[in-house]
Amino acid sequence: MMRSFRALLIRDLKLAARVGGSGVMGLIFFLMIVTLIPFALGPDLNLLSRIGPAILWIAALLATLIGLDRLFQADQEDGSLDLLRLSPAPLEMVVLAKVTAYWLVTGLPLAIAAPFLGFLVALSPEAMLAMVATLLAGTPALTFIGAVGAALTASLRRGGLILAILVLPFMIPTLIFGVSAANAAVGGTVPFATPFLILVALSLIAAVVGTVAAAAALRSGE
Amino acid sequence: MRLSVNNLACERGERRIFEGVSFALETGEALVITGRNGAGKSSLLDLLAGRLHPAAGTIVLENAGERSLAECLHYVGHRDALKAALTAEENLAFARDFLGDPRLSSRDALEAVGLAHAARLPVAYLSAGQRRRVALARLLVAHRPLWLLDEPTSALDAASQETLRLLLERHREGGGMIAATTHSPLFLADAKEIRIERTPFPPPSAGEGAKRSEAGEGEPVSPALPSPGPSGAPLSQNGEGS
Repeated sequence: MMRSFRALLIRDLKLAARVGGSGVMGLIFFLMIVTLIPFALGPDLNLLSRIGPAILWIAALLATLIGLDRLFQADQEDGSLDLLRLSPAPLEMVVLAKVTAYWLVTGLPLAIAAPFLGFLVALSPEAMLAMVATLLAGTPALTFIGAVGAALTASLRRGGLILAILVLPFMIPTLIFGVSAANAAVGGTVPFATPFLILVALSLIAAVVGTVAAAAALRSGE
Repeated sequence: MRLSVNNLACERGERRIFEGVSFALETGEALVITGRNGAGKSSLLDLLAGRLHPAAGTIVLENAGERSLAECLHYVGHRDALKAALTAEENLAFARDFLGDPRLSSRDALEAVGLAHAARLPVAYLSAGQRRRVALARLLVAHRPLWLLDEPTSALDAASQETLRLLLERHREGGGMIAATTHSPLFLADAKEIRIERTPFPPPSAGEGAKRSEAGEGEPVSPALPSPGPSGAPLSQNGEGS
C-alpha cells in the first residue's frame, strides 16, 4: 500500500516538473498578484505593511486554486483514473498521494517564497516569519478542500470556474484564521497561538474530511 | 479462479443498454465480446472493471482469496492511461510499482512488445500504435489474472497483432483469463464468444420525449416533430434577412 502511495507521489512530482506541468504556475501567479498590488495602492508603506498579510493570503489562496482543476481532470481525460482505481490501495490513499504531491509543488513553494514577497508589501521580519508559519499550516487546508471540488468536477470539461465557486466558501475560515494569526504576530490583542492553533485544526480536519469526500466523489463519478 | 457473470444488465443515463448477459470464465479461458457499435461492449468491460455499477445481475469472482475483483484485473481501454510527459519506461515503472505484484521489468516488457528502442522517449512522441503497445506492455509489468481488453488490436499493425496474440496465449497458458471486445478476429485458440445485442427501444427519430414510451405512444410524437421544423425555418430566414 505504501508502495502504491510512493509510486503515485513520485509520478505526480515528476509530471509537475516536466514541461507543461503545474509546478511553477502557482508560484508565478502568486508573484504576479503580490507585485501588482503595491502598484495599485501606491507607495504608502504603513498601509502596505498593515494589509500585507491579507494580500499574501489572498494571493496564496488564488494560487492554490489556479491549478487545482487539473488535479483529477488530467487523469480522467487520459484514462489514468481507471488505472488508479485498480490499485490494491484504497481510493482514499490515491487522493492523499495526489493531494500531497500537489501541495508539495504549490503550497510549499508559496510558504517558502512568502518572506521574499514580504519585502514588496513592507512586512516586518516578525510578520514574515508569521507568514511562513501560517502558510505552512494553512495551505494544506486549502489544498484538501479544493481536492473535493476537483474530484466533483473531474469529468466536466470547463470545470475550473465551477470548482472555484464550489470550494471558495469553504476556504473562507482558513483565510480568516490565517490572516488573523499573521496579524496577531505583529501586535494586537490576541496571542499568536490562538488563531494559529485553530488554523492547524482546520488543516487537520480538512485532511480527513477532504480525503474521504474526494474519494467518494471519484467513486460516484462517471 | 472463476469469474461468473449472471444475468447482467447495464443502464446508462436511464437507457437500458443490454440485459440478460451471462457467462462464466475459468482459468485459462478467453472470452471474445462482439457486437455492433454502441451495443454496449465497452460498457460490459466497464461493469467488470468496476467503473460502472450493474443495473441488475451479479459479477462474482470465486477462489480469489482476499483480493477484490479490481485487484485481480488489468484494464486496457480506448484511453491508454499513459502520461504523455513521461517516457514509456517511466510510465511502465509507475504501473509496476503502483499495481503491485511486479513481474517483468519495464525494459523487458517494452522489449516483449518490440518497443525497446522507444523506452526513453516521452509517450507524447509516439504514434497511436506505439502508444497502444506501451499500454499493452503494462499487462506484463504486474501480474493480474484477468485481463480486460477493449479492442486491443485497434491501431496495431499486422506484426504487432501477432505479438499480441502470442502474449494473450502465453497469459492463458499461465492460468490467466482474458475478456476482450473486438471487431477483427483475434485468432485465439478455442475462445468463447458472446455477442452483445442492444435492448430494442423506440427509434431515435422519436426523440427524447418518447424515451420510455411504447411504440404506439411514440407514433404521435414523431409526426409532431417535423412541425417545429417548418415553423422554425421562416424564423431563421427572417433572422438572416434582417
